[in-house]
Amino acid sequence: MSRLMSWRELEIGCVVPEPGNSVRYKTGDWRALRPVLDKSKCIKCLLCWVYCPEPAIIRHEDDSVEIDYNYCKGCGICANECPVKAITMVPEGGE
Amino acid sequence: MAAVTRVKGQRRVGMTGDEAVAYAVKQADVDVIAAYPITPQTIIVERLAEYVNNGELNAAFIPVESEHSALSTCVGASLAGARVFTATASQGLALMYEILWIASSMRTTIVMALANRALSAPINIHCSHDDAYAARDTGWIQFFAENVQEAYDLTIQAFKVAEDKRVLLPTIINLDGFILSHSLEGLYVLSDNDVRKFLPPKEPVNPIDVERPMTYGPLALYDYYYEFKRAQAEAMKNSYPVILEVFKEYEKISGRRYAPVKEYGMEDAEVAMVILGSSAGTARYVARRMRERGEKVGVLSLTLYRPFPEKEIVERLRGVKAAIIMDRSYSFGSPGAQLFMDIAAALYNEGERPLLINAIYGLGGRDLTPEQVEAAFRAAFEAAKTGVVKEREIWLGVR
Repeated sequence: MSRLMSWRELEIGCVVPEPGNSVRYKTGDWRALRPVLDKSKCIKCLLCWVYCPEPAIIRHEDDSVEIDYNYCKGCGICANECPVKAITMVPEGGE
Repeated sequence: MAAVTRVKGQRRVGMTGDEAVAYAVKQADVDVIAAYPITPQTIIVERLAEYVNNGELNAAFIPVESEHSALSTCVGASLAGARVFTATASQGLALMYEILWIASSMRTTIVMALANRALSAPINIHCSHDDAYAARDTGWIQFFAENVQEAYDLTIQAFKVAEDKRVLLPTIINLDGFILSHSLEGLYVLSDNDVRKFLPPKEPVNPIDVERPMTYGPLALYDYYYEFKRAQAEAMKNSYPVILEVFKEYEKISGRRYAPVKEYGMEDAEVAMVILGSSAGTARYVARRMRERGEKVGVLSLTLYRPFPEKEIVERLRGVKAAIIMDRSYSFGSPGAQLFMDIAAALYNEGERPLLINAIYGLGGRDLTPEQVEAAFRAAFEAAKTGVVKEREIWLGVR
């Protein structure tokens, strides 16, 4: 998000005058565990892409996948569903 | 004190407090009324329903299933740009409680009449100030009427204050249940034309508009909630000079002078009484008799309760040896009832330390008698003489 405003700059009555600006709100900073994908193990089955509730799995043309950390909340479903254990959950801020 | 002078175009009429408020609301030409009937406020919305039904008032009268819905409806209508009125009392206000905070935080300009009534249990329909005090911290401006004339005048002025762009805060007019709400008094009412000139149509800020979509009532967590509260605090502070301006402007059209604090005998008072609402008259009556006997007593009564007219009160209490703070409610487990704490804090802030006694009175509509007022003054004189407050908290007339 851009610079945080001071109370003097706020619109009266908690109004947000610009519609649709929630697209700029990145929700991925809630995450405690971070999914890390090992591309060498991935078999492009797309189960992670199907199960991700966000969706924070980006699917490419060739069915390879990538994790969108701007929106991933670290729920771990992808890691749990992956049949070849190509995704591991590591603590945020760890390494 | 609303000194009554004759001003051209005014009529002398007889009305109860409830009728006078309804009449003022009609003259204010409100757009939306949403309310749920509750004694002793009911007559206000009954009269308004009649005005709408007769075609005397062009407004949407929205019947709802509860006070919670009544105030929620008012919030929506006010945000849509309407001039809005509601009325309630006691349990009704309690049911509105969560919306009270939302109405002020979203900077609606709702005007509400509160016919003050004791909170249950036991069930009671008569006057205490429990409801007004319960709304104390919710961000609403609050006025207290002492008589029917004031209930009428303050209702009209409340719209002007609430809708001022420097303020934009919902506003309550307190009138003592039954004592004012149901008592018939003579009062002067303004002409419709004068009220219309005093109160031009509301100019809404950020009204709901499909051409200009906005988000109302968004989520704000630790990133912005704090800043919104700070801005809201400023709005309440800003309302004070606006209230003084409105009082002045209203005097021009009505001849009646309003001030945040009314005083009697304070210029040389040794002991003083501070009080809210209709009982101020009884306090002054006793003070007058005592002063005739050479006893230097004074009375301060508040027309404005929120924002609290701190400086005005302290200025007048300066030099007083002892003061009785009258509360028509009780704050359980607190170091003093509600008005007492306000006054004590205000004095402390200015470095003043008169002896203070907190007198509880009139709960559930019990009459405050002149004898009780005099007994309270006697207790204050005793404290002033000995330099010691024997009992910090006294319950006047309790068996």
